[in-house]
Amino acid sequence: MAMSTEPLLSEMGAPGRLGASLPELDVPETPVPEGLLRTALRLPEITELEAVRHFTRLSRLNYSIDTNFYPLGSCTMKYNPKVNEDAANLAGFTDCHPLIPEDLAQGSIELMFGLQEMLKAVSGFDAVSLQPAAGAHGELTGVYMIRAWHESRKDAKRKRMLIPDSAHGTNPASVAMAGFEAVTIPSSADGGVDLAALKAACDDTVAGLMITNPSTLGLFERNILEVVKIVHDSGGLVYGDGANMNALVGAFRPADAGIDVMHFNLHKTFSTPHGGGGPGAGAVGASSRLASFLPGPIAARKGVNRGSGRGSRETSGDYGFEIPENSIGRVKSFYGNFGILVRAYAYMRQLGAVGLRRVSENAVINANYLRVLLRDTYHEPYDRPCMHEFVAEGDVAAGVRTVDVAKRLIDLGFHPPTIYFPLIVHEALMIEPTESESKETLDAFAAALIRIADEAKSDPQLLHDAPHDTPVGRLDEVAAARKPVLCYHCD
Amino acid sequence: MPYIANTDADRTEMLERIGVASTEALFADIPPEFRFPRIEFPAPLSEPELMAEMKRLAGKNAGSGDYAWFLGAGAYNHFIPAAVSALASRGEFSTAYTPYQPEASQGTLQAIYEYQSMVAELTGMDAVNASHYDGATALAEAILMALRSGDENRLEVMLPVSLNPEYRATIDTYLAPTKARVLEWTGNPLEAAGYATEATACFVLQWPDFFGDLWQPSDSLAETLHGKGALFIVHADPIMLGIMKAPGSFGADIVTAEGQSLGNPVNFGGPYLGIMGTKGALVRRMPGRIVGEARDAQGRRGFALTLVAREQHIRREKAVSNICSNQGLAMLRACIYLALMGKGGLSSVASLCWNRAHYAAREIGRIPGYEILNRGEFFKEFTVRCPISAEEISSALFDEEIVPGYPVSRCDPERPNDLIVCVTELDSKPRIDWLAAALKEAGNGYVD
Repeated sequence: MAMSTEPLLSEMGAPGRLGASLPELDVPETPVPEGLLRTALRLPEITELEAVRHFTRLSRLNYSIDTNFYPLGSCTMKYNPKVNEDAANLAGFTDCHPLIPEDLAQGSIELMFGLQEMLKAVSGFDAVSLQPAAGAHGELTGVYMIRAWHESRKDAKRKRMLIPDSAHGTNPASVAMAGFEAVTIPSSADGGVDLAALKAACDDTVAGLMITNPSTLGLFERNILEVVKIVHDSGGLVYGDGANMNALVGAFRPADAGIDVMHFNLHKTFSTPHGGGGPGAGAVGASSRLASFLPGPIAARKGVNRGSGRGSRETSGDYGFEIPENSIGRVKSFYGNFGILVRAYAYMRQLGAVGLRRVSENAVINANYLRVLLRDTYHEPYDRPCMHEFVAEGDVAAGVRTVDVAKRLIDLGFHPPTIYFPLIVHEALMIEPTESESKETLDAFAAALIRIADEAKSDPQLLHDAPHDTPVGRLDEVAAARKPVLCYHCD
Repeated sequence: MPYIANTDADRTEMLERIGVASTEALFADIPPEFRFPRIEFPAPLSEPELMAEMKRLAGKNAGSGDYAWFLGAGAYNHFIPAAVSALASRGEFSTAYTPYQPEASQGTLQAIYEYQSMVAELTGMDAVNASHYDGATALAEAILMALRSGDENRLEVMLPVSLNPEYRATIDTYLAPTKARVLEWTGNPLEAAGYATEATACFVLQWPDFFGDLWQPSDSLAETLHGKGALFIVHADPIMLGIMKAPGSFGADIVTAEGQSLGNPVNFGGPYLGIMGTKGALVRRMPGRIVGEARDAQGRRGFALTLVAREQHIRREKAVSNICSNQGLAMLRACIYLALMGKGGLSSVASLCWNRAHYAAREIGRIPGYEILNRGEFFKEFTVRCPISAEEISSALFDEEIVPGYPVSRCDPERPNDLIVCVTELDSKPRIDWLAAALKEAGNGYVD
């Protein structure tokens, strides 16, 4: 990583410099009415070279998968194959307008159809919509569908959505957006859903349960069949949060356990780049009773599943779009984050069913191997075999906190794991190595964490002052939030 | 096996260290009857086989390289400098994640801050977030933000009839679980705003609207709304803001936009970029990631995620939105685009769009049987009433590799002959003349 900071664009350049070359005006000029015109435009005036150096230097201030081990728990920071970038950048895909007649976009629609079919095969669901743009967007979609299903049955009293206390914050936030009340279900001593608490909470006001499986503790819900049955028996539906599907591809189909609706994080499980915070893709799968509520348009093949839905247009091509019969409607413009769908499709086609099973197997082996290497040094609150990730506690010496361990890892060349999450583990370090890392990397990372635990005892100040070898040290985020400075020219 | 490092020997050694006899033993918590199911899947492909398959699929599409496009309607063909992709595709940007660890993420964080700054300048807002999924969801969330006014009786949302229909559908989905009531307005925005009451949460203006109409702003619209305590939301074309007034300068409280035009290809509808900015204290009600300047112990300037108390990972069900990962890389592309275009470039792009669109409208308006429906101003899109059905005209022109626009009948069957034509800086005079000639020919013989 580069050590020095980079000036802002507003501190660079000179009046009159241009960074782009544009066509000359070749038509008669039409004056713009005075009342429409702006008076000033404070944007950069730099050359292309200045821009290239600026952003190249900025890029070197980042840790990334391409440069560092990045075991961010629950984010599945696996390797993002380069061939998928080439595929997604083919002009036939990037230059295709979403409102072009279906006949002229058969390749894109065929790809979407193929991806839907592969997602159905790995999950067991009856139908998939690719429209949601991110995991949280998929969750929101799923909760809207559950709400619409109860409404379609005139069951207006179901307003409570049950959420285990280990869940991501997006679960209760999505529930609130859908007009439901979020009800927290505690975890049992072994990290699963507390069945007694679940039973007690289930009545005829329950809309459903949102369950992440494996949970954010990295543990598969041993009682998954019973959990689903309890909720179904009360008349509720079960939402599966697919954030941790990397543990299960090829090993388990969520629909087999009776899950009614689930989102996939294509940017996690199916290797599309995380982009510094998206774009992702949050495709949603649904069982037979919820399939007709999916958002549309959905890709369809003539003679396979065309004709049942509304809105199909006559085309001469084999593929087209349709809107499911009871659809909740659109959740965004067009069809989804198509460029991300191309990458996920390419990844799944390259791996095939055997390759995907190898993904979950090796993700689970790597996580357990790392867990065992660290368990004598970092307390692990649930000391049992994990799935693709595990949670340890970072307070390895008096006065040392998880954040200190995390910052010291940066000095040693590793991106820190997720910290202080899940909320139910004190001083949590949530570690997900993924299948793409080698044993040597895992050994080196474990050695670094063990060295940090020693330093925590011998020289805790070293940890408190970390990171040392970065362009900036720990930032005063409290002061920053109190008097926010959010742009160059804002007062 | 591609992308997996462990050899059989590694696995044996690792399983031994873990203390289990087999890989399957690690999956023992999965109900046995459902463990390792048979999955029907296409056979795996090697990298060259995969690229051949991907090229086959891409080749079935008609890309803009072959066609002259005058199709916009929410997704736009604008010029993207080569440096945008070259820089944004660097793995240091694309394979990083949300910058939770600021010391190891200054590149992403500073880029977000620069994006926020340049978009704040374009829109006239005080604060801009680090993106929504697209323009439609940004607008939907802006409306939800207005509905969180703290006043339970402020439930009316005033939407233009001429709003992009896909935006309207998205808003309907987002509003379905709420108590909000949608009131549709049409005609002169200033007069429509006069119908706002103490129950109005917000008034939405699409600027320009779906059919291209561009309202000439006046401060009294915002004054009218603010007098009733309602918020003024403007959904703007960001390219146009290179020459036109920033909505903040005529009283907008929230500005949203579809940022695809800023350096992102049309890509069959995504990934795009939802832009949102706001003013003053409203920032604490705004959803999404926000980056602010911060200092370290030595006083060095850095950047970090800030105002996180609004967000789901802190506030859970009390958060202002569920938004988490957004459109980071599309935002980075917009940031690089704006840096490259800069002051001179963006105003040139906007001027080219304006002048070429007006030239095209004059040329098409001159053809017998064709009429331009926009009575006032427009920017890069305008609506043409054709002498025959717009779908028929489109089909005829596809054979000549021209996509002449968006037939309005696709969203409003009662307007069969109307076509929304989009002209950008990529459409040269000869190309516009070619369109006009083709339209003339397609309409021939149908004119009384």
